[in-house]
Amino acid sequence: MSFALVDGNNFYVSCERVFNPALEDRPVVVLSNNDGCVVARSAEVKALGVKMGEPWFKLKDLARRHGIVAYSSNYTLYADMSNRMMSVLGRYSPQQEIYSIDECFLGMDGFGHYDLAAHGKMMREQVKQWVGIPVCVGIAPTKTLAKLANHCAKKNLAGKDGVCDFGRLGKSEFDALLASLPVEEIWGVGRKLTARLNDVGIRTVKQLRDADARTISRQFSVVLERTLMELRGVSCLGLEELAPAKKQIISSRSFGTYVTTLPELEEAVATYIARAAEKLRAQESVAGAVEVYIRTNPFSEKQPQYQRAIAVPLTQSTSDTMRLTRAALWGLKRIFKPGYAYQKAGVMLMELSPAAEVQGVLFGPGNRERPALMEVIDRANALWGSGTLKLAAEGVSKSWHMKRGHKSPSYTNQWHELPRAS
Amino acid sequence: MARNPKTTPPKPAHGGVRPGAGRPKGEPSKVIRLPARLLPAVQALAELPEGALLPSPMPVPLKVPLFGHRVRAGFPSPADDYVEAWLDLNEHLIEHREATFFVQAAGDSMTGAGIQEGSLLVVDRALEPQHNDIVIAVVDGELTVKRLEKRRGKIRLIAENPDYAPIEFKEGQELTVWGVVTSIIQKLK
Repeated sequence: MSFALVDGNNFYVSCERVFNPALEDRPVVVLSNNDGCVVARSAEVKALGVKMGEPWFKLKDLARRHGIVAYSSNYTLYADMSNRMMSVLGRYSPQQEIYSIDECFLGMDGFGHYDLAAHGKMMREQVKQWVGIPVCVGIAPTKTLAKLANHCAKKNLAGKDGVCDFGRLGKSEFDALLASLPVEEIWGVGRKLTARLNDVGIRTVKQLRDADARTISRQFSVVLERTLMELRGVSCLGLEELAPAKKQIISSRSFGTYVTTLPELEEAVATYIARAAEKLRAQESVAGAVEVYIRTNPFSEKQPQYQRAIAVPLTQSTSDTMRLTRAALWGLKRIFKPGYAYQKAGVMLMELSPAAEVQGVLFGPGNRERPALMEVIDRANALWGSGTLKLAAEGVSKSWHMKRGHKSPSYTNQWHELPRAS
Repeated sequence: MARNPKTTPPKPAHGGVRPGAGRPKGEPSKVIRLPARLLPAVQALAELPEGALLPSPMPVPLKVPLFGHRVRAGFPSPADDYVEAWLDLNEHLIEHREATFFVQAAGDSMTGAGIQEGSLLVVDRALEPQHNDIVIAVVDGELTVKRLEKRRGKIRLIAENPDYAPIEFKEGQELTVWGVVTSIIQKLK
């Protein structure tokens, strides 16, 4: 077995730089929806010690001192660039698992006669030239090791030119490398697990690899035992070429301004339901329950704080926007309290199952679904832009709408926002 | 007279053998209750010979190409065998889909090459820039469209308008070519 993990460096920042070369070598961050937190950092920003997820308002001073350029997230652009990158990488192997917007695994079985590092270098150069995105490549006998090899390529710890093939390292060299890597660099080992592992004296990747598998399984979990086996080069995780349907669909945003009234919250919740229901139908699922939540701004300590969530189960699973909206608004009425400045609301569709397997209702007649209407809504919105056809409940003015003050143009999918060359 | 039940069935008011009643021999069966309207369909199903294909209760539409003429008996159109898809400009203009971007021209530095303010440029990043290609290059962090001149190791970006001086690149100075312009699209209306 052999896998390559290819991943875009500071992907969102790199997308912005393709169309605005002046950003090269400058500190750049991309902010989450509503310009809340840092979700991507250029190398220059990382060097300034800015952490992932830091709230932007806390960084304003640092940003002024170092001239950090901030962008609102431009997801249409990033998705387009991701599709291009994945399509180019797909030429390098018959098996590809797109793991996230900026990384994919490639199956390298049967490439034994190839110089894999050279193969990786070709991928890297082609993606850089064709799409403009710098990527790093990690190659190893298991997915967990490939992830680690990618980390080493990025940090220049092993390999060269952004490609690291663990297969090329000698045993002592490889052991020394694993001994130098902290255990939290392993795929799937989060902060809590790291603390627990440190408690039993496991601090490095090498220590976990050489630990007793059965003890790990007993003290921690079979999942961690599998990770351990993967570190030993025993492949336990295969490629998942078809992304599994999501188990939950979440749609939530912070508001552009504080929202205090129920009608405004209702508009927001209806809008989020519409987005979530569209995704639900796209994966051909139905939801059995809807959760709604609202909260005030936890960072503004002087204001009274309130947050509440409620789950509304449905008698019959559905993907019908109107039924889901009715359930969500019913829930919202029950948790809404006047007198608070709300900063965020969200909805979550839960208990998802394939649309083909909807169970009937035991008591009373089943609900009338409107699949044809939903299809028309989805197609119209795909053709003429999101929100072209919508329920009146979503509102028209959307005074609460999110702030994206620093969004770059839609360089690749709006005729009037194309990059310009003089 | 002695009755013979096997040859002359009696006609009692209640009870006794009814023709067609009982379980068919050889195959297990099960009693179900179903809406009367479905009865003919289920009976038809039961009578289907084993292995036969079932007609779909909801026929799926099959898409076929639309012919541009009426069918006339006797003389089929000689064009029938030549029905093809529409011409697709993307296919004509784009060779490397992943590497192709559209860029809008600004200014008048390239009017000599037929590039006007607002012209739409099809830019292919997959191509290696050659001498005399019209390219999108990065100059001082900005995108610019110029003709690439590579002569005797010297690289210059040439404007196609005498009002603009060529941009020279000396030893050690690096030129970043963003992509190669493969088409100019000029809308007249």
